Amino acid sequence: MTETNKMIAGSNLERVLRSGHFCVTGELGPPTSANRDVIEEKAQHLKGNVDSVNITDNQTAVVRMSSIAVGAMLLELGIEPNVQMTARDRNRIAIQSDLLGASALGVKNLLCLTGDHQSFGNHPMAKNVFDMDSIGMLMMVKAMSEEGVTQSGDKMDVPPHFFLGAAANPFADPFEFRPYRLAKKVKAGANFVQTQLIYNVPKFAEYMKRVGDLGVLDDVYILAGVGPIKSLGAARYMATKVPGMDVPDEIVARMSDAVKGIPSEKKKARRAAWQEEGIKICVEIIQQVREIPGVAGVHIMAIEWEEAVPTIVEKAGLMPRPVI
Amino acid sequence: MIVAEQKSLDEIKQSISGFDKVLVLGCGTCVTVCFAGGEKEVGILASSLRMATRLDGKPVEILEATVQRQCEYEYNESIVDLLPQVDAVISIACGIGVQTMNEQFPEILTLPGLNTTFLGQPTEQGVWEERCQACGNCVLGTTGGICPIARCAKSLLNGPCGGSQNGVCEVDPDTPCAWHLIYERMTALGKQELLLELNAMKDWRTSRDGGARKIVREDLRL
Repeated sequence: MTETNKMIAGSNLERVLRSGHFCVTGELGPPTSANRDVIEEKAQHLKGNVDSVNITDNQTAVVRMSSIAVGAMLLELGIEPNVQMTARDRNRIAIQSDLLGASALGVKNLLCLTGDHQSFGNHPMAKNVFDMDSIGMLMMVKAMSEEGVTQSGDKMDVPPHFFLGAAANPFADPFEFRPYRLAKKVKAGANFVQTQLIYNVPKFAEYMKRVGDLGVLDDVYILAGVGPIKSLGAARYMATKVPGMDVPDEIVARMSDAVKGIPSEKKKARRAAWQEEGIKICVEIIQQVREIPGVAGVHIMAIEWEEAVPTIVEKAGLMPRPVI
Repeated sequence: MIVAEQKSLDEIKQSISGFDKVLVLGCGTCVTVCFAGGEKEVGILASSLRMATRLDGKPVEILEATVQRQCEYEYNESIVDLLPQVDAVISIACGIGVQTMNEQFPEILTLPGLNTTFLGQPTEQGVWEERCQACGNCVLGTTGGICPIARCAKSLLNGPCGGSQNGVCEVDPDTPCAWHLIYERMTALGKQELLLELNAMKDWRTSRDGGARKIVREDLRL
């Protein structure tokens, strides 16, 4: 899929992907306060190093600054946002309203998600919404853009246009159904897909082969999700405690070996060794997924470690980012 | 069936403080079957309240009765003679029974002794699981007879989310992933292709979202 003449939203993300460049996206988690400085601090590590920045929508159901508000701030800072929108907290009235506003503010990329269940967050006593799931949201937003109608069918004179994204987890169960679920998202309107963090590359390659067999790769750009592991504890946590994550023993062992010979009281040295190894693994994974047919780019999720992004992109040989 | 659980004795005791004489009223239908509000539970709760209020130094006299179906006026007529004798009723029927009593006998306050929890099924001795959310627009015909509205934590309509692992839901490892069950069932039925269809968002007007619901069957009206 390399046509440049049929732009949907004309975002930088869309232009980079359609021009055939290997794309790099980043992620910024909004603060749990009204602190704008945090955003400016995180943004400086991402500016110029990635083609677009995902802004999470109250991720893991923890109350954070609005993803659309942060998106507008990034636009002011000269960074292209990819706004994430979940179906957990808003019904179709609120989502459409927010998206009209986001579009008017200049947001051109949108990632449609069902959203983490509120039981994982800091308000497990909240009433959830789930008026729709991610696929229902993609269908709704596609119709808003292409047909200029609200979900109820009412016409609008200036429809919002978003380059539409979806998430995919190649490692969740049932594995056999995962490629079909991705195909459903493409059919529903996803122009690009960002995957869950990949540490098991052979399993991801098998998933991509199956996605290719379904014939949907001509209709969607797949960005492989990658991220640096900050410590052995983080590796173990992801390997054992996070549902839907696949961190092979070999990765955990590498993080463990990274501090071999460094006494446990030398905390700073151990931290540095872990971070170096985490970044090294991340760069290797980027190079490996790049070779997999159908992978159009990487989505780097350096959660609360945005300052690692410039190093990763540089070491992976993905600098400078294209200007189109 | 409607599944319910008894409120704590403390809460029930608190709710009847200030009354001298109270009727504990059970129901012979759903809550009897789920061991929450039948004749046996009426006896246990009545004895517990007698003892507890006596220990507190403010004994409350407790009467006991159970009707066949507390959600229907005609069955509640059988206890009409008891009502003038008491100051309040503790109903251990579901919320429907409690409301029927209040509506039918507005001169006396009927208080809830149970928390009505869900529409479900006994899956093993002592275990009940939710099965239906009464959304008013049944989708079981396309999901292999397994309800994603009631049984998926996010009421998904298009397959399992990224948190499904080893067949269980990420929200609770003791709960099977409804969409994993649906996938397995549809595979066994050779109807996997149904899972590939896009399901747009549901029309929730038939659910509680449309306001309190009512059915009028003209063919049955007198």
